[in-house]
Amino acid sequence: MTRLNIQKTYKIFIGGKFPRTESGRFYDLKNKEGKLIANLCLSSRKDFRNAVVAARKAQAGWAGKTAYNRSQILYRLAEMLESRSTAFVEEMQVLGLSKAQAEAETTGAIDTLVYYAGWCDKYTALFSSVNPTASAHFNFTVHEPTGVVALLAPETSPLRGLIQTVAPIIAGGNTVVALASNQMATSAISFAEVIQNSDVPGGVINILTGDSAELTPHMASHMDVNALVIARDGLSEEALDAVTDNVKRLVQWTEEEDSNPYRILDLQEAKTTWHPVQVSAASSGGY
Amino acid sequence: MEATDLIAQYREHPVDQMGVLDRIARIRSRSIKKGSKVQGLKMALNMIDLTTLEGADTPNKVRNLCYKAMHPHDAADGLPSVAAVCVYPSLAAVAKKALEGSGVKVAAVATYFPSGQTNLKVKLDETNYAISEGADEIDMVISRGKFLAGEYTYVLDEIMAVNALCKEHSVRLKVILETGELGSLDEVRKASDIALLANPDFIKTSTGKIGQAANMPVTLVMLQAIWDHYQRTGVQVGMKPAGGISDAKTALHYLRMVKEVLGEEWLSNEWFRFGASRLANDLLMQLMKQETGAYQAAPYFSKD
Repeated sequence: MTRLNIQKTYKIFIGGKFPRTESGRFYDLKNKEGKLIANLCLSSRKDFRNAVVAARKAQAGWAGKTAYNRSQILYRLAEMLESRSTAFVEEMQVLGLSKAQAEAETTGAIDTLVYYAGWCDKYTALFSSVNPTASAHFNFTVHEPTGVVALLAPETSPLRGLIQTVAPIIAGGNTVVALASNQMATSAISFAEVIQNSDVPGGVINILTGDSAELTPHMASHMDVNALVIARDGLSEEALDAVTDNVKRLVQWTEEEDSNPYRILDLQEAKTTWHPVQVSAASSGGY
Repeated sequence: MEATDLIAQYREHPVDQMGVLDRIARIRSRSIKKGSKVQGLKMALNMIDLTTLEGADTPNKVRNLCYKAMHPHDAADGLPSVAAVCVYPSLAAVAKKALEGSGVKVAAVATYFPSGQTNLKVKLDETNYAISEGADEIDMVISRGKFLAGEYTYVLDEIMAVNALCKEHSVRLKVILETGELGSLDEVRKASDIALLANPDFIKTSTGKIGQAANMPVTLVMLQAIWDHYQRTGVQVGMKPAGGISDAKTALHYLRMVKEVLGEEWLSNEWFRFGASRLANDLLMQLMKQETGAYQAAPYFSKD
């Protein structure tokens, strides 16, 4: 008797779970020869909304973890990905990448995770400052995460593009709702399985698949999304108006590999605080 | 009629639990079109008993809540006020003054809320006190301990005594069954039937003080009891699910359930209430979503 291959159902990733899109819609993912590879969820605005709810719920807890712990968790992601790299390489070859390209994608993704894992507990020291004052005060500027970030991940890369945008966002204590590459979405959903096994709390990274033209206006207008990161071509006039309307932080990144700590800084809010210098007169010569 | 005579009228109504769950699944799965949604959201907002029942409640917290009750969200036009503000008796006077002339009612919990573990005299005294402080509505708790011990006449007698006192002062009475402590839907039905024998103005699910608060199965069973009571006696009794209802979608499901089981006549805040504090903001956020087209965020809405 011949055995039937058991195909994976690619679903979306919201709040640490794998639901199907609530809309029940899907789109075909085809390789270069036009052969059907998989049916993928065509996420709706309600899926996006649900993902934002999950991301909001997870945000305070994620930002409240110690920087060192966030670093460990990002490193753990890299470990998990490394152990499954063969599967990722094979999956990308189905998409039409050569073996060498697929290996470069996978190792590049792993290295990027390790890179940002290293930055988790270092960027604050680099970017924070003690500012000059004209009175007996200390004046500090420190950075806090922006909050919930919507992300249009690069279109032309199945995995590395997603990770080089997601990693700096979460390294800084934000949570993210990412729209994966439309035509290379299988790796993104397989990566969600890695996330689920890597101590990343549910809701910190949420991954949708679907049509950016449909979802971008909702990402732009949603009042509970604090920043929109675009790492692919353009933003429609309508969406730009919506972003302006609710003064959301808008960040444009390149599709290409560009690992640097300023990406973390792009999604931080600077908070400046004053603190009086302890004057010995006030403590009556106590020290 | 005495409680002992009334209790003789009690007939057992076993609950088909699978049937209840199945019916709720059907109620939850139907979609609501946009026009009806806006109408439903406003109706739900108008049915809320905005509640604060904490040891730490202060006069100013109650005043803030009263402002919210009258002006749920000043950024939007054409919003109704909520139905009532629900507080402890000691703060009823503060709420009464703050709500003066607004039409929003003052509801006070009484009868040794939330446990109800005291004698009838103390319960009546507290009810009297709440009424003298200006309460328009009293939310009483039944003696669950007595109910679970099978002393149904005692339970009914208490409800009747408090009800008589309320009627004397033209105050409306809600009877809290605290369904989370009753154990099964059969017991919920039994408690509802017994409370209904006293003809209160509302029966209510929960105090909000224990983990398990209102849910749809319990509410459906209570609504069915209200319907059967109405069929038998012609007396209309209202329903108030309380606690645990925090999102607009669920609130709309409740309204649909009321419409299905009881009909139009119950769809006003005279006969149906939500006991909630967080629900109001979710309703407001959904209403603003319908108005502006953009999903809303909590920081733009007042906390209380």
